[in-house]
Amino acid sequence: MAEALNLVDDARPARRAEALALLDALEREAGGAGAWRIGVTGAPGVGKSTLLDGLVRALRARGRTVGVIAVDPSSRRTGGALLGDRIRVRSAARDPGVFFRSMAARERLGGLAEATRAGVVVMGGAYDVVLVETVGVGQSESDVADLADTLAFVTQPGAGDLLQFMKAGVLELPDVFVVNKADQGPLAERTARELEAGLGLGERSAEAPGAPRVVLVSARDGKGIDALLAALEAHFASLAEGGLRAERRRRGRDRFVEETLALRYGSYGLASVGGSPALADRLAGEPGASGFALVERLGREIEEALRK
Amino acid sequence: MARDDGRLPRRDEPWVFRTYSGHTSARASNELYRGNLAKGQTGLSVAFDLPTQTGYDADHPLARGEVGKVGVPIAHIEDMEALFEGIPLDRMNTSMTINATAAWLLALYVAAAERQGVAHGALSGTTQNDIIKEYLSRGTYVFPPEPSLRLITDMVAYTVDEIPKWNPINVCSYHLQEAGATPVQEIAYAMATAIAVLDAVRTRPDVPADVMPRVFGRISFFLNAGIRFVEEVCKARAMTALWDEIGRTRYEVADERERRFRYGVQVNSLGLTEAQPENNVIRIVLEALGVTLSRDARCRALQLPAWNEALGLPRPFDQQWSLRIQQVLAYETDLLEYDDLFAGSRVVEARSAELLAEARTELEKVLAMGGAVAAVENAYMKQRLVESHTRRLRAIESGEITVVGVNAWTESEASELAVGECSILRVDEAAEREQVERLRAFRSRRSGAEVGAALRALGDTVRSGANVMPVSIRCAKAGVTTGEWADALRAVYGEYRAPTGVVARGAEMLTEATDKVRARVKALSAKLGRPLKILVGKPGLDGHSNGAEQIAVRARDVGMEVVYEGIRLTPEEIVTSARDEGVHVIGLSILSGSHGVLVADVLQGLAERGLAIPVVVGGIIPEEDARALREAGVRRIYTPKDFDLTRIMDEIVDVVAEAHAVR
Repeated sequence: MAEALNLVDDARPARRAEALALLDALEREAGGAGAWRIGVTGAPGVGKSTLLDGLVRALRARGRTVGVIAVDPSSRRTGGALLGDRIRVRSAARDPGVFFRSMAARERLGGLAEATRAGVVVMGGAYDVVLVETVGVGQSESDVADLADTLAFVTQPGAGDLLQFMKAGVLELPDVFVVNKADQGPLAERTARELEAGLGLGERSAEAPGAPRVVLVSARDGKGIDALLAALEAHFASLAEGGLRAERRRRGRDRFVEETLALRYGSYGLASVGGSPALADRLAGEPGASGFALVERLGREIEEALRK
Repeated sequence: MARDDGRLPRRDEPWVFRTYSGHTSARASNELYRGNLAKGQTGLSVAFDLPTQTGYDADHPLARGEVGKVGVPIAHIEDMEALFEGIPLDRMNTSMTINATAAWLLALYVAAAERQGVAHGALSGTTQNDIIKEYLSRGTYVFPPEPSLRLITDMVAYTVDEIPKWNPINVCSYHLQEAGATPVQEIAYAMATAIAVLDAVRTRPDVPADVMPRVFGRISFFLNAGIRFVEEVCKARAMTALWDEIGRTRYEVADERERRFRYGVQVNSLGLTEAQPENNVIRIVLEALGVTLSRDARCRALQLPAWNEALGLPRPFDQQWSLRIQQVLAYETDLLEYDDLFAGSRVVEARSAELLAEARTELEKVLAMGGAVAAVENAYMKQRLVESHTRRLRAIESGEITVVGVNAWTESEASELAVGECSILRVDEAAEREQVERLRAFRSRRSGAEVGAALRALGDTVRSGANVMPVSIRCAKAGVTTGEWADALRAVYGEYRAPTGVVARGAEMLTEATDKVRARVKALSAKLGRPLKILVGKPGLDGHSNGAEQIAVRARDVGMEVVYEGIRLTPEEIVTSARDEGVHVIGLSILSGSHGVLVADVLQGLAERGLAIPVVVGGIIPEEDARALREAGVRRIYTPKDFDLTRIMDEIVDVVAEAHAVR
């Protein structure tokens, strides 16, 4: 596993070809199935890594193997990164049923590195569940939404009122909302109610299957973790029922391809192959191809077009 | 009362003289204590080994390499009896540096005293018992903050009537300074800690309101004294004033005597240098002045480190030299013949007032966010300390702060003092095995039925929330061991990992030197195919994470991806983490002297799994050991004299390039 993760992170051309072959094979094999991918996002300091530890333990107690990718931001100025989440997940180096890899977000400012998606795909080939934890601000939240089957957003009591949640746009993507530090009592309850109210107001109906839920958790005391896992599982079950999982993954793949190409070649580059609409048609015509293969193939086309 | 001219009618009694000591075994430490007392030491200061401090028996896997290293191993009542054999406990003032397991060690002390025929009411001494600074600096915590605070207040509530001359907690600003605290931070965070304890005691139903003034009067402090000794005089004076103020306003303590700021001191170890170590003697003397000169703010007890602490474990001779410093200061000089030297001093009063005002503001800030426990959990205090420490180290690197023999006047004659293998004490490698043998013999001797019943009662008590002291004393008498007692509490309270304060968003160091190393990191990363990734961690039980944290921060600043793994890791865990994380190099930090065993285990683990990941090690590592480690395959070794972190990073780039055969 460690070797495979090193390989897919390797930028040297010779290794890159090997990595792409592996990723393409794994992603096509998984398709809309394979490991359950759970994304966990939230602002710094809300207790994500402690929550992660609780989730890993709960999943292990149910006999499932778990791969974890914990993403921390890279410094814009130095490129360096401090990856400290491993400290909280004590089973990381003790339990062979858990694999933990820390990653830096790198040059993808505020978002996830391509390596993160690659890591999720690789781990998905070997573990029952893959957890991706990242600081949820701006781009990284939608990046992780593109990756995950189920997305959990973690916040803490007093993090904001309804208006602030709406303004921050955090109400749109997550499938489960977690108010951590519920040991703080009434303030936690109020934050949970604000979130529920916000969800009721939005376009996402509370009655629909797979509608987002709000769960109160005290990760520090291990309270509410079971309820959280139940909520995550309920969402996952609703995906499976409607055959929605494959569709969600395809959408995520499409956004990954478009955004990666836009990042590499800019809007000018994208326009050279017909822009977004043409790209969407192309992608729709290739439902079985992996995101990685598509990025490579389309990338070459763009480079050729740009050369002319 | 002093006369008008400031002369005292009678010479003051000196403070209590102590030396922080203990190693190898209870018997060896007892011999050391008796020797020190015979030389004129007036109190004892017990250093426990790390397994005892973190609640493990000597045969636990995490105890490997640590038994008897930084202190004495105490596993059960017979160890405690042996430690004080021939030392009448009703006439001894004993300070115990024990925190997470303080309730247990006090229980053993009480039980051992009883076997000496001494009633517990006659005991006097101190249990350090300040868990907040363990989270912030020292790292020997076990349980989460809430139950830890609960244990502290159990001891406060128990001792206030049962052992009235006992200081149940010694609030430590000492370790905050070692972790980089400014004087203002030291004052504010120590006061916040004391307030957290007192507020928690106040809400206990078993502590009536009229007992609170006495409780307040039993809270003592443990301070550091740095080389800026004028400022240290002012710091002690500011703390004296602030404590009095808190007593009056927050706790309504009417009796002025109960509001007295009582404190002991260990002078600064952070500033002791490995280079030209003889200079440390002068530093220690000046630091001792900082906490003794001002009569109004004079320490009650003083421990001086040995001049060669940065090199390894001091010998009895080195400890004697430090004791003699105290004796010369107290008995030969005229210091104790005068009233306070600084009353009315423009300089001292102005600086004291300034520190007091700034500390008050910082204290208010911590209280506003919910007090010391909240400021541990949200990492506020830890982040401030890491920042201050980073600033200090940068100032030494840049020469803004002068450290003689380190960044100035480094040319030196060969030291006549620090020569060879015999200049430090070595713990006999057989000590661990012998302690395990004694422990196993003890276990087979005791009554299993009594032990089982006592442990069940302990578990019930902990779950019920009743005071753990009486049942812990019962456990001590029944023959329960340190590991068993702590396991019973772990089963209910769980274990805790404190925030590291190493934050992704901390201030970055951007200098010409770091730019240069960063360019090298970038170039090497391209050759490696992905960014240079380093694992920084601390194997063993040593919790002093300040050095490892500084290394992690600087590695980030030169552009590395840094997996910071924190403290209390087994070699096995480090090897697994290094593999899973795909790092290019491992940096280990060990200050407890157990580097021999722990590093060997890491190297062996890597070899067994076929991992060719180079290892560098930092710590208090004598040259002989360094040679052995290099021969075993460690690529670089850093000791306290290597203060230039950027240069260390530059060398780590070399190590990675060599190991991965890319240039």
